[in-house]
Amino acid sequence: MLFYSYFKTLVGKEVTVELKNDLAIAGTLHSVDQYLNIKLYNIRVINEQLYPHMKSVRNCFIRGSVVRYLQLPPNSVDVELLHDATRREARGS
Amino acid sequence: MNLDDRVPPPGAALVEDLDKRLLVQLRDGRKLIGTLRSFDQFANLVLEGAVERIVVGNLYAEDPLGLYVVRGENVVLLGDIDGADDPPAVLQKVSIQDIRQAQRAEKEQEKIKKSMKARMDFLDFE
Repeated sequence: MLFYSYFKTLVGKEVTVELKNDLAIAGTLHSVDQYLNIKLYNIRVINEQLYPHMKSVRNCFIRGSVVRYLQLPPNSVDVELLHDATRREARGS
Repeated sequence: MNLDDRVPPPGAALVEDLDKRLLVQLRDGRKLIGTLRSFDQFANLVLEGAVERIVVGNLYAEDPLGLYVVRGENVVLLGDIDGADDPPAVLQKVSIQDIRQAQRAEKEQEKIKKSMKARMDFLDFE
């Protein structure tokens, strides 16, 4: 559950989620679960003029299986910490 | 593992959206609007008073459907539109007949664009 744990540390941060249908949504990460389903608050759709129906959506739940990328704020990624956590997880402790 | 580390079941975040009016984006591009009455860990959904919102350009129409059960794998996104300015002011409501016609026109446009592009590709233009 490394990525679940990792994404949990990002709650409250501003992220951009790119979906497999090319829709990209920026917003504040509100919650994440084991399937990496994501809840974003105060969303802003990238290229909004192409998706006018999204204008009335403020908060949304995104199914984990449709996510292609997550863009994170660079200063919130501690590579060393992730590296260690990866080894710990692989050892199963 | 102590109590605070207990992991909530997947999809539990949807509890907050129960009984709210939601916009459900499906994988085939369709948009359903309905009141969320039930869900499970796969994001299978029960929507009461569901309508399909068909959007073409800045026109839209709503097709009443009734009670819908959506299989989770088809769900892309659930948007909370309860209390928001819905439908968005930029969209103009038309009849279902009109939106179907607009859909056909759009499809025709895309077909033309595609065939033009195919010809261009053949000529090896950028």
